[in-house]
Amino acid sequence: MLTKEETHNELFTMGHTGCSGCAQSMAVKLIMEILGKNTIATSATGCLEVFSTRWPESSWKIPWIHSLFENSAAVASGIEAALKVLGKKEDITVLSQAGDGGTADIGLQSLSGMFERNHDVLYVCYDNGAYMNTGYQRSGLTPLDAFTTTSPSGKVSFGNNRPKKYMPEIAMAHRIPYTAVASAGYPMDLQKKVKKAKSIKGAKYLQVDVPCVPGWKYEPKYSVKLAQLAVQTGLYPLFDAEYEKIISVKKISKKVPVEEYLKLQGRFKHLFKDDAGRAEIEKIQKIADENIERFGLI
Amino acid sequence: MDFKVGIIAMPGAALSNKTGSFANEVPVFMHKTCTGCNLCIYFCPEGVVYGDKKTKIYDFDSDYCKGCGICAEECPVDDIKMVLVEK
Amino acid sequence: MKQVLEGSMAIAGGVKMAEPHVISAYPITPQTHIVEHLSQMVADGDLKAEFIMVESEHSAASVVLGASACGVRTYTATAAQGLLYMEEVVYNIAGMRLPVVITIANRAISAPINIWNDMQDAMAIRDTGAIMLVAENNQEAYDMHIQAFKIAENRDVMLPVIVNVDGFVLTHTFEVVETIDSIEKVREYLPPLNMEYKLDVENPYSFGTIAEPSVYTEARYNLYNAMNFSRNVIIDAAKEFDDMFGRFYGGLTDSYKMDDAQTVIVAMGSVLGTVKDVVDELREAGKKIGVLKVRSFRPFPEEEIVAALKNAKNVIVIEKAICPGKGGILSVEIRDSLFKHKINSVSVNGYTLGLGGRDITPGNIHGLVERAEKEENVDGEFIGLSQQYL
Ligand SMILES: Cc1ncc(C[n+]2csc(CCOP(=O)(O)OP(=O)(O)O)c2C)c(N)n1
Ligand code: SF4
Ligand code: SF4
Ligand SMILES: [Mg+2]
Repeated sequence: MLTKEETHNELFTMGHTGCSGCAQSMAVKLIMEILGKNTIATSATGCLEVFSTRWPESSWKIPWIHSLFENSAAVASGIEAALKVLGKKEDITVLSQAGDGGTADIGLQSLSGMFERNHDVLYVCYDNGAYMNTGYQRSGLTPLDAFTTTSPSGKVSFGNNRPKKYMPEIAMAHRIPYTAVASAGYPMDLQKKVKKAKSIKGAKYLQVDVPCVPGWKYEPKYSVKLAQLAVQTGLYPLFDAEYEKIISVKKISKKVPVEEYLKLQGRFKHLFKDDAGRAEIEKIQKIADENIERFGLI
Repeated sequence: MDFKVGIIAMPGAALSNKTGSFANEVPVFMHKTCTGCNLCIYFCPEGVVYGDKKTKIYDFDSDYCKGCGICAEECPVDDIKMVLVEK
Repeated sequence: MKQVLEGSMAIAGGVKMAEPHVISAYPITPQTHIVEHLSQMVADGDLKAEFIMVESEHSAASVVLGASACGVRTYTATAAQGLLYMEEVVYNIAGMRLPVVITIANRAISAPINIWNDMQDAMAIRDTGAIMLVAENNQEAYDMHIQAFKIAENRDVMLPVIVNVDGFVLTHTFEVVETIDSIEKVREYLPPLNMEYKLDVENPYSFGTIAEPSVYTEARYNLYNAMNFSRNVIIDAAKEFDDMFGRFYGGLTDSYKMDDAQTVIVAMGSVLGTVKDVVDELREAGKKIGVLKVRSFRPFPEEEIVAALKNAKNVIVIEKAICPGKGGILSVEIRDSLFKHKINSVSVNGYTLGLGGRDITPGNIHGLVERAEKEENVDGEFIGLSQQYL
């Protein structure tokens, strides 16, 4: 049972200015439900930071700090060190957050440092596949052929010409105790992984697929559906790993062709115009098939 | 000297921002076929759906609902429908 | 206790007396010895602190930012390229009003790469909102670090303090330094940090929010105001230090043989030693000459400078940094201070020398004194150029 009053007491409160249907805000809400009030969080510059803390408002009911775009993991390292000094480390979870750009591009160095030093920090990357806060420019996690404002499709281009950087494997290469990939489309699986991460000491990496309404160009009601399709096509494999070893994968219940996923999103609509576009869709299908093979998703 | 200005905000102060004004549509919980699966609570990005598994009575907070329609889209038994907001 | 200490050891020793809880470091010459000494103190259990060896200066500053926001005392050190890499975070630390103390082992900026001393690195970050003090010798460097924490942590200041120490000239040179034996006395001078707003699960504030146009200006004004207010805090910290430990180097500025001086040499940092020697000679020869030491560059000691220079004829400013497209930096600010006070009888001559570790010799100083008699308002002219390389 959840009452209206209780919803107002959530640790990440309503009243923020995220877009209608924003899956990133959904993921934050789900994560905070598990982490609880003994959490200190950092956020990198990006949508979440902007829509949750417009002074004097804040959606956070836990201590939270935003410093810059590329230093979320370093600020979290400092917080963890301070908590050690204060003798509070055992009781408090340090959560470090950033978008895909703040994680895999500009923040990669500070994240790598935090991993290598194995700070007791849970790092969460909200992956919406582009620099959304600045108006949908491409990042290292933008998928192949997606239209973004800096990888537009055009007469001689199908949009983003590189596949997504495989960030979770970069995390695993640091031999940190826990790496997980989750999705806003599967809240129980997400919360299970957060619970597990919370119980482990040392550096943890969690990457969450969070569809973005204006960036991906779809109707807001499809946020969950798209997140689920990304998993069911094989384009976004969900798994978790301890150190270098994968310990579980989320199996695909019914394989869906990538087309079903792509056609709902304006960022891929240029692929549906002609045969050349169809050939690109084949390339994307190949990425999905390879994921299915590599992670044993079926 | 109040150095908090522009730098430090009070916890949860965003509640003063009634985002219900974003919504063009809002859900209606019909309470006919509901199975009490709680998915509408899980999936609401704003966290404004509340209710009870046992009684299968759910509702939402119109002060903050942005009208995204996810609750209605994801309801496995089509027990939520979206209706236009009269403005 | 009197000891012969390398400058870096004196700095590390001063920092140790302040008992910081979190120290972060990334190596860059000539800062390295400072953090090496500190890491050894931690390794030996002589200093109880979390010492975090980070992967970059950007993270060095970010780590102390995060720790400081939790309400613990923090310290880091850098120089030149490292400082420039850190600059974005220094602005952020100041903007968030966190009392971090940072040492800069002042060094030239690349290109061309040069590891030796000048003050171009410090001048590049002069508008960050950090208080910037400059130490003259190893003894002052030791004492100034203890004072720095006191200034930074003052409730009405709450700003980072940068202590500038000339790279190599001080950091790698041995001098006699009188260290403080009693940690209790230092604790009395520098009470434990007690921050009103910090990252704390019992009082969960949000730090680093977005300030819209309606409030950003006020946030910056509050910082500006705190910087102005820190003038008195810096002076008081120096006086209180004198009362308790018997050493004083001036507040924002210090005067040397300034009575009746017609010619005044203005400088910052270690070059003051050479300058004072030359002035001693010239005084003996009957010249009315004195020295004005700038100890606090930010906040800028406008009142003190005007009071000290208003009756002089000729002012010589030693510029160890250059502002391409303009000229001097310190001399420009001095000229502006006098102008504002409607004093136009003083000629302020800025001369650029000592870049990239080139010695500033007594001969150079004598030369400047002679030149300044014949010139008016020189704007950062380069001194001692080798014609063969031009
Ligand atoms: C050093 C720096 N470079 C660029 C920016 C501009 N910037 C702010 S947020 C942002 C995009 C954030 O993208 P991402 O990390 O993916 O988060 P999202 O907004 O998509 O959730 C950019 C480019 C900045 N604030 N700081
Ligand atoms: S732009 Fe995308 S990520 Fe940002 S608030 Fe809107 S939906 Fe969320
Ligand atoms: S329409 Fe969207 S915001 Fe409103 S209750 Fe349903 S899921 Fe929540
Ligand atoms: Mg993004």
